[in-house]
Amino acid sequence: MPSAADVQIEKPDDAPLTGPIVLLLGDEELLVSRAVERVVAAARAHDPDAEVTDRIGSSLDVAEFYEMLSPSLFGGRRVLVLRSAHELKAEQVTTLSTLLASPVDDVTVVIHHAGAVRGKAVLDLARKHKAPQLTCAKLTRPEERMDFVRGEVRRAGGTITADAAAALIDAVGSDLRELSSAAIQLVGDTDGRINAELVAAYHEGRAEVSGFAVADLAVAGDTGRALESLRWALSVGVPQVVIADALADGVRSVARVSGLGRANPNELAPRLGMPPWKVRRAQSQARGWSERGLRNALGCVAELNADVKGVAVDPDYALERAVLRLGRARQLR
Amino acid sequence: MTSVWDDLIGQSVTVEVLRTAAEAAAAITEGRAASPGAMTHAWLFTGPAGSGRSIAARALAAALQCTAADDLGCGHCAACRTVRAGTHPDVRMVVPEGLSISVGEMRSLVASAARLPSLGRWQIVVIEDADRLTEGAFNALLKVIEEPPSRTVFLLCAPSTHPDDVAVTIRSRCRVVPLRTPPIEAVAAVLRADGIGDELARWAAAAGQGHVGRARRLARDPEARDHRAAVLAIPASLTSLERCLSAADRLVAAAEAEASAITSRLDADETEALQTALGAGATGRGTATSVRGSVGVVRDLERRQRSRATRVQRDALDRALVDLAAFYRDVLLVQAGSAGPFAHPDFAEQVRTVAELVTPARALGRLDAVLACRLAIEQNVKLVIAVQAMTAALRLPA
Repeated sequence: MPSAADVQIEKPDDAPLTGPIVLLLGDEELLVSRAVERVVAAARAHDPDAEVTDRIGSSLDVAEFYEMLSPSLFGGRRVLVLRSAHELKAEQVTTLSTLLASPVDDVTVVIHHAGAVRGKAVLDLARKHKAPQLTCAKLTRPEERMDFVRGEVRRAGGTITADAAAALIDAVGSDLRELSSAAIQLVGDTDGRINAELVAAYHEGRAEVSGFAVADLAVAGDTGRALESLRWALSVGVPQVVIADALADGVRSVARVSGLGRANPNELAPRLGMPPWKVRRAQSQARGWSERGLRNALGCVAELNADVKGVAVDPDYALERAVLRLGRARQLR
Repeated sequence: MTSVWDDLIGQSVTVEVLRTAAEAAAAITEGRAASPGAMTHAWLFTGPAGSGRSIAARALAAALQCTAADDLGCGHCAACRTVRAGTHPDVRMVVPEGLSISVGEMRSLVASAARLPSLGRWQIVVIEDADRLTEGAFNALLKVIEEPPSRTVFLLCAPSTHPDDVAVTIRSRCRVVPLRTPPIEAVAAVLRADGIGDELARWAAAAGQGHVGRARRLARDPEARDHRAAVLAIPASLTSLERCLSAADRLVAAAEAEASAITSRLDADETEALQTALGAGATGRGTATSVRGSVGVVRDLERRQRSRATRVQRDALDRALVDLAAFYRDVLLVQAGSAGPFAHPDFAEQVRTVAELVTPARALGRLDAVLACRLAIEQNVKLVIAVQAMTAALRLPA
């Protein structure tokens, strides 16, 4: 039984997955392969001997399309998975379109499309046939990832608290395959009731720290935590130059809003060429900075930029020193 | 046509050295006894930007190839004219447009430098901006400078003999010709000879700070004058942090605009010429095959164009920074009670304003900030980050 977080099915939800076409939209690899499994399972439910062909769409030549999509002498069910169908060439789309105009009863074509603008013809083709659509888009928002983790735990027969799910995502990262196996492992190793302590016992550390996370903490004056996340960021391989640029950007944003008082962020945004949320955040970070401190900080990030580009013997140390110097610059009056 | 030595402005000592060298070289080619040590196979011209390093190298190249018997470097024989035009078969010019000269370029150059001169005098290689040679390129060059073919001459140009500019191994095998900053009066005389009015010539020579090309540009191009005025208005306007940041943005944007104005047209022309050479857009049988596999070539060109754009942008910004540095030098002169000569006599009022607001020590600190910014740009720091750090340091006390 598929859970909600497994594959999110948009309308038409209940359309049978055994029709002539099924469209998989999105490029999250795990979700795509799960969706393919579902379609294959649906076909096998009708005919346990159903034949499955799984190919990169653009690797098929015209003859193969005819072979796969024509009525079979032996009459078995067939599933043809066309991976990355957005890369199909024009002639392949034409062939596919001709063949689908007169669909064969027991053949299901699974069209996987990454969902971008590319290869729109094949997308239109699937929509014209009112194909059921399974969304396999990358999960971008944190809540989506939380839902995914909860779904995985439930599938494995356990439960997980919200803070535990968040902690797990922090520790494992955003790769769904890794999240899924971590969740299943946790359920398997324990009695299935997962809380934050349990996650902390099995997982330590952080998988993903961006340069901006470091910069936010450093600019806000939380030097200790900034140093901690800097170490994490370096240990998971965030390039030093990226962190240095993020620090420079953080200081610059604060410097730009600092002289303007508590003006409305939405009005400031176009004038400063920054998005409103960034203005708002910079405004709250600007409290506690003096102008002298900011000037000092601007010099400090410029020096850091040279340091990470080869001037410093040890760029890691240069970054730590810069974070410490930013902390001190914030104290300047 | 004037003599090739006339191109060298305010460098009389150097001209004498080079003339003697050319005479000795002519003696060698004719099999006569030459005065020992006057001619050598490798020369290194050093001097500040605009002092005429590459012009000196070209002048020597022309004099070496010159066929006039009594006046080497006459400027009107075929050899002199072709060297000046850059078309002499035995003079190879290396003028890097990008950020560096690669070892590959240098190797092929070294191979061709080993040939005998086709017109029987000297095989000459001129490397402008030898400071842009990569370490590998220096080593490739070193081999041939160490054991030079008998009739090959290398003329290198670099800002200084500092190891950062020229590898010590190369420097020790070259004869160094230091050029001085041309005196303002000499530059003004050149501008006057070009037909520019006396007052404008005098002003441009001062504002160009001894950089002949820059002075000429200021004298002729009103846009360059506007740009300079915008840059020099900055120091006195930095009365808040916000102004510092927007001044930095303006400086970088102006450099970007100047660079893209220069490079975009060049880029388009080059790309089109390359596409045509590769056969793009042709019709008929076999045209598809000719274009196939040429993506790499086009990409290579694009890479070189990007490198050139970066360099042009940095050069444009550097000109602004040189002007700013001279501004603070003027501030220091005012504070010391000196009567000049000032680099920016037309901004005397702003100079005085700043001189009254900051102490001499602080003015010196600001000059350092400008020079630190130049260094930072050389070190590949993002332009806007480097420039905003500078303008923040230039902020005037309230």
